Amino acid sequence: MLEKLLLNHYEAAAVILSGIGLTNLLLQRNLIKKIIGLNIMDTAVYLFLAAKGYVEGRAAPILISDGAGGWLRSSELYVNPVPAGLVLTGIVVSVSVTAFALALTLKLYESYGTLNIDEALMKMTEEQHQLEARIDEAEEEVLS
Amino acid sequence: MIGMFAYNIPFASIFIMMITAIITPLIPNRKRLPEKLSCLSIAVVGLLSAYLLYELTASGRTISFNFSMGHFPAPWGNELRAGPLEAVLSLVFCTAMLLSLTGNFSSTAEDIAPARRNIFCVLVNLLTASLLALTYTNDLFTAYVFIEINTIAACAIVAVKEGPETARAALRYLVMSLVGSGLVMIAICLLYDLTGHLLMQNMHNAIAELVATKRYMIPLTVSLALITAGLAIKSALYPFASWLPDAHGSSTNASSAILSGLVLKGHIFTIIKVFYRVFGLNVIHALRMDTAIFILGILAMIMGSVHALRQNNVKRMIAWSSVAQVGYIFLGVGLNTVAGIAAACLHIIVHACVKPMLFTAAGGLSNAAGHRKGLHALMGTFYVNVWAGLGLIAGAFSMMGIPGFAGFASKLSLTLASFDHNSIVWALTALAASSVLNALYYVPAVIVVLTHNKDARKNFTAPAPTMSYKISMCIFLALNFYLGLFCVPLLRLITRGVNVL
Repeated sequence: MLEKLLLNHYEAAAVILSGIGLTNLLLQRNLIKKIIGLNIMDTAVYLFLAAKGYVEGRAAPILISDGAGGWLRSSELYVNPVPAGLVLTGIVVSVSVTAFALALTLKLYESYGTLNIDEALMKMTEEQHQLEARIDEAEEEVLS
Repeated sequence: MIGMFAYNIPFASIFIMMITAIITPLIPNRKRLPEKLSCLSIAVVGLLSAYLLYELTASGRTISFNFSMGHFPAPWGNELRAGPLEAVLSLVFCTAMLLSLTGNFSSTAEDIAPARRNIFCVLVNLLTASLLALTYTNDLFTAYVFIEINTIAACAIVAVKEGPETARAALRYLVMSLVGSGLVMIAICLLYDLTGHLLMQNMHNAIAELVATKRYMIPLTVSLALITAGLAIKSALYPFASWLPDAHGSSTNASSAILSGLVLKGHIFTIIKVFYRVFGLNVIHALRMDTAIFILGILAMIMGSVHALRQNNVKRMIAWSSVAQVGYIFLGVGLNTVAGIAAACLHIIVHACVKPMLFTAAGGLSNAAGHRKGLHALMGTFYVNVWAGLGLIAGAFSMMGIPGFAGFASKLSLTLASFDHNSIVWALTALAASSVLNALYYVPAVIVVLTHNKDARKNFTAPAPTMSYKISMCIFLALNFYLGLFCVPLLRLITRGVNVL
């Protein structure tokens, strides 16, 4: 068991990291910490992908022409380029999602002055109750 | 063989919506030009989908084809795939999207500041593009990318209406969606690791080989569970649906209609594709995922309605009812037969037509009641806005499954599909119980709306419904009756589509 873990230490690290990230994303009440959790989770996936695409002793997949229509090194000598492409796409996605989440967090902070999602909810329900009470008062005044 | 024009339609549909999303912010933001342009693009894509459907199914044939992007052959290049089912779904998605926009044309103007309206259009266009891409894609990683685009656009159309409430709802929705898409991404990486492919067909072959030789069964089960859980969170299957009522209940009416009617369906169709195309029904059954989905579906049908019963806000009630309806779809998927999946797809179509109508109607009624959304405030509003009242009544009857309305057709086909399944007793009991529960909250709503209220006309100084509202509602009602009365040819078409999926 331990041998297998040591053999796949990149994957094991990736699994632990993604667990940490997911737990943070789900359980943290502070929004900034939530977003950090999201980024840890995404990074763990990139580590996993990079570890999967790497082949011991091979070079980066850049083809160099030999000037006579062929290539200097055969494709057998390169690491798998597909996971690198996936990681790149994943990074773009995670950056845009992070930016969007931060923008929304900023808006929430402007409205409630807190980064805690539960506190924001409490303040919101309070405000709603006050609003309803005011509407009721106004209606009673009209009736009387 | 299929003509060159029709062959290019799947790619062109996605591309048209993407281009429209890019040019919308550039055109002048007056006379509501951006919205009109978006509607035009969606209509064009809808017509193209209708033509594609005709080409694929005319004169009794059933064709499906792969469109290779960038002309790289199969194991390397990216692919789109189109068959009758994909064409029908994209036609329905475009129609429902267009009607949700035109029906709520005036309420969008009230809720969203003029300066932000072209941003709203960008988001709607991106959503349409991502829905179309999820429908057509044959590549799991492309699906992931469009799931993320869909997430951002969907959360943003909640937040586009100003106010602290929507910001909070959007954040909650975003966090849950991100958990979902994170799980999907991990699952896709595991599957790529196991199979060495990202195209669905190649993955399917590799998985079939793994299962035949009983290798890597645990990682395979884990990745299936992760991708199902991830997509289930995004499609609001019951235990993961807590974000939905906030997001759908607080956003502007057009957003609610689009989110409830369409966005959930894109993810559900992705689950169907993963089950049917990537793993195959036999493997799903061997890994027991069908039972899990079946049980969760039944749970959602009951619990969604129970939560809806407790709501006082009409939009939140309709939003919880979506959770119950998603349960019906998952019940069909959990049956794990061609008939079950066809019935699930029929219910996707029915719900995509009925739910936007209900939200549009609820928007019209609460507008008639002076923007109040409490159920008791809607008393007598039928007589202020008859079109909205008719929409609510037809939608409610449809959700209850009264014969002649759309919901009846899909419930009937779900019932018929469950006849060749072992758990028929459970399925039928759940269908019956859920229909009664649906009636328990929709009938009071209908009664309240129809109750004469002498003060209604006096107090409510709402503007009369606009022409676009009336026309959209007419089309919604017509679609509702069409689906309810003539669903057999459509179901036959869907079954043909599922067979070549």
